[in-house]
Amino acid sequence: MTSTLLALIRRDFRLAVRSGGGFGLPLVFFLSVVAVIPFAVGPDLVLLGRIGAAVLWIGALLSTLIGLDRLFGADAEDGSLDLLFSAPAPLPVLVLAKALSHWVVTGLPLAAIAPLLGLMLNLPPHALAATAFTLLIGTPALTLLGMIGAALTVGLRRGGLLLPVLVLPMTVPVLIFGVSTTNALIAGDPAASSLSLLLAVTLAAFVLAPLAAAGALRSARS
Amino acid sequence: MPQAEATSRPMIALANPARFSSLADRALPWLAGLTALLFVVGMWQAFFVAPADYQQGDTVRIMFVHVPAAWLCMFGWGVMSVSSLGVLVWRHPLADVAAQAAAPIGAAFTLIALVTGSLWGRPMWGTWWEWDARLTSVLVLFLMYLGVIALRAALDEPAKAARLVAILTLVGFINVPIIKFSVDWWNTLHQPASVFRMDGPSIHPAILTPLLVNALAFTLLFVTLHLLLMRTELMKRRLRGLRLRAAEAAR
Repeated sequence: MTSTLLALIRRDFRLAVRSGGGFGLPLVFFLSVVAVIPFAVGPDLVLLGRIGAAVLWIGALLSTLIGLDRLFGADAEDGSLDLLFSAPAPLPVLVLAKALSHWVVTGLPLAAIAPLLGLMLNLPPHALAATAFTLLIGTPALTLLGMIGAALTVGLRRGGLLLPVLVLPMTVPVLIFGVSTTNALIAGDPAASSLSLLLAVTLAAFVLAPLAAAGALRSARS
Repeated sequence: MPQAEATSRPMIALANPARFSSLADRALPWLAGLTALLFVVGMWQAFFVAPADYQQGDTVRIMFVHVPAAWLCMFGWGVMSVSSLGVLVWRHPLADVAAQAAAPIGAAFTLIALVTGSLWGRPMWGTWWEWDARLTSVLVLFLMYLGVIALRAALDEPAKAARLVAILTLVGFINVPIIKFSVDWWNTLHQPASVFRMDGPSIHPAILTPLLVNALAFTLLFVTLHLLLMRTELMKRRLRGLRLRAAEAAR
């Protein structure tokens, strides 16, 4: 089973990086979102510094959503999704592996460049670290919850718009606990409670999202 | 087409729904009458019997619509979740009809709760919209209702739509309490729960009785509309099945 999972992860990773998988696109979108915010709220560095962490979280959330239709979309188009059903491993574990490799090429880079974009939003150094840290914990939950939406809308022509509509309400807890942890860390307030709640949401998503996504893929296949 | 294949078609195997339809036909006039009666009593009590609040004045009467609607928006998701279990576990076609019929009604009551809450908030809080915990989580619930309706609309194949919508509904069933908790945690400005409490209701009976009558009236309205929509949906599906068979036969 392990070799199956490793092969799947390696394949998804290669596809994303090499063959026009749109590896960098969510990052460009993230940069674009952050870049248009000052046009809307004004070039007020004090204000931007205050809302900067929230802006980064919103940007990361939207950028995660943008790439999600590719999670199963390309595989459904070329038929390799059908091979997952006959692979020698349980389907929930396989989709979890797919989500993880998807997160490595989207969520992880988002968390990694967040401090750089934070600099443009006038965030102080310790706030940059705090935002990257919470994004590192929270983005897996975003990818996993998004995977449910990706599985539900796989093969739909209107799936591109439907997916964020389905997924966004589910991500409310991640956003709440992610931003509150970040703000508590920045202000030097006790962050343990919100951090543990953020972790709890992420861990729950690890367990439940693969089951729901696998069920949806099975139903969508018939 | 061989006979065996034709009889295994779901539209013909729906003997049960036919029984359901005749049952609904008989029950609906009674339910509708009872609902109307309760509404007359409930609204008369709400407008003429219940006293005006000493602080809020007559605006407190919005409560008699707002609170039942807010209860029913949770009730609607509950009906959808039980039906979804029926879809996924027993694969019963009637369960999917029940889930499909509950979605627009639940969404409508959620919208009523939001709008009346907003109208109530204007004189009480001085603003049309307050990002308070309950308003916000009901808004998120409304978005989830719309998501369920949109997903069903996007799927062409009924059997596939039944199961995918059921999965989304159950994911929502797990998620709604988590969202509710997180939003409560995020901000609370709304008054705490005042009807269901361990030490009994903190509302005076003069207001509580009309509230309960109205809640019952609205719940019966929900049930009546639900049965009505289920019956309509069953007819639609039967019609679709007949059309498909006619098209096949014509080939």
